[in-house]
Amino acid sequence: MEITSKTTTSRKSAQLVPIARHISPRRLIKELLARYSMSALTSAVCLFIVVIGAALLYRSWPLLSTYSLQEILTSQSWHPMRGEFGFAPFIAGSVAVTLMAIFFAVVPAILSGIYLAEYMSDRVRSVLKPTLDLLVGIPSVVYGLWGVLFIVPLVRDYIGPWANTALGQTIPLFSRTNPSGYGLLSAGFVLGVMVFPLVVAVTEEVMRATPREMREAALCLGATRWEATKLIVRRQALGGVLAAVVLGFSRAFGETLAVMMLIGNTVQSPQSLFDTAYSLPALIANNYGEMMSVPLYESALMGAALLLLTVVLVFNIMARLVIVRVQR
Amino acid sequence: MSRRRKLEELFFTWMMRSALAIAAAVLFLILGVIFWRGVGTLSWEMVSQPPQGAFYLGGGGGVLNAIVGSLYLAAGSTLVAALLAVPVVLYLHGYLGNGRRASLVRLSLDIMWGIPSIVYGAFAFALMIFLGLRASLLAGIIALALVVLPILARTFDEVVTLAPKQLRETTFALGATRLEFLGILLRQTVPGLLTAVLLAFGRGIGDAASVLFTAGYTNDMPQSLLQPVASLPLAIFFQLGTPFPEVQARAYASALILTIIILGISLLAHLSLTRLGRNVIR
Repeated sequence: MEITSKTTTSRKSAQLVPIARHISPRRLIKELLARYSMSALTSAVCLFIVVIGAALLYRSWPLLSTYSLQEILTSQSWHPMRGEFGFAPFIAGSVAVTLMAIFFAVVPAILSGIYLAEYMSDRVRSVLKPTLDLLVGIPSVVYGLWGVLFIVPLVRDYIGPWANTALGQTIPLFSRTNPSGYGLLSAGFVLGVMVFPLVVAVTEEVMRATPREMREAALCLGATRWEATKLIVRRQALGGVLAAVVLGFSRAFGETLAVMMLIGNTVQSPQSLFDTAYSLPALIANNYGEMMSVPLYESALMGAALLLLTVVLVFNIMARLVIVRVQR
Repeated sequence: MSRRRKLEELFFTWMMRSALAIAAAVLFLILGVIFWRGVGTLSWEMVSQPPQGAFYLGGGGGVLNAIVGSLYLAAGSTLVAALLAVPVVLYLHGYLGNGRRASLVRLSLDIMWGIPSIVYGAFAFALMIFLGLRASLLAGIIALALVVLPILARTFDEVVTLAPKQLRETTFALGATRLEFLGILLRQTVPGLLTAVLLAFGRGIGDAASVLFTAGYTNDMPQSLLQPVASLPLAIFFQLGTPFPEVQARAYASALILTIIILGISLLAHLSLTRLGRNVIR
């Protein structure tokens, strides 16, 4: 059976026929039952994504059919009680905080990933990897609490005043617009710590999937390790490393609780690093309690979830396809 | 080697080392801050009693309801996810091999892994309205199962990939059907399955966004599948949201409890992979 199924031309018949002659009907029935139910289950699991998208689309349809898509995505006014549902401030807040996280996380994460893959011995790696896994395992509410207890006071008492006097007068991006310490900078930094291990893991995976020969050839010709790494990244792994960044971006984009605890939750498009803002996931999470009172409110929140899903799906599919190609 | 090249190599090596060192430092900083602030208010009362009246105003009691609720939610969802994931992964390895369909299944699992848990929460909420279900343990388990399913499946999948190829050939040579081979494959990979289950359990216990609308929140101990149930992350979140310092201090203690549980599970997962794996044929 194994041998026949390897010939691709007659795979279908090969799967069904060969052992059937030798086994008892009971075993055959069991085998077929298991095969078809497992096949159906596998397809069902893969279809979950479609089902989720369809359900969210269905629930958000009242909103989408009342207002034009452009209006929903670009309107700045969010007044559910008056029936105004503009997502623009939330999109701006989410994008800003995510970019901030990427800014903090990407360079150290890529460097760490490269170091893990290229420089480190298996023994040291086997100690360090579980430590990184711990970072992944810490719940987002604990990250949020850490931000509240540590990062917010730091931003409030030291970074904020310092940035304001040093740069804030000339560059509005650094002006200290609120003294609380909550806001984009705090949320972005904590979010950066949260996506760091993901980017490290994907970078490492991609670097390790590149062929040994190129590395060995470069080293043989007298390149230093870093020069060999540069060569590999440029020729083989660049797409994969970018994919790691995109995956980090989409992970950060959907992160809910930690951001919600730190970003300040005010509906405005942020202008400065110290501005408070509001992210899309926080919008959904904060308003679930009151959404039943206003028609279209629930639909708007489901629309926000749909928007989130769309962004994350697009980024994820792109990144995963690139990674699959790099690994092949 | 020229000086410049040597310097470049040194510079980047130290950049990479310091990036890793900073990451490790931040990890210990997080654990340190959570431990330092939480340990003061952590008491036996916190972990052994449900909240009493006026708990969120500074009254007595603890967060036992949330601890038990979280354990129920995580255990239930991990069980559901395992029941779905194990057949899928076995099918992947027994029947699909490395074909196009296999990579499609892996791709969709990876993509599901990337979907934010708040989206699963919103989806489960839509499903609840459709089924006429209230916020309850059951709804929370459904939402959380969707979150942990891809984690469990992909982790288990990685472990099964490491199983020796000869196992397959030997089993088929003895005349076994594919299903019988899968039974043997499963027996071989049970330690890996345990690791995957523990990982999923840990992720499930810490996830808040998906249970926010689906499991609800209550001060009572969890009683039935159809009643709302408290969870530890939400307990932390709500306690932190009160204006009273003594209640906020309890949030720190609750976070410490959650962190200790998570660290314990991570440790178990690590041990299960290294210790239980000893008896497996390689």
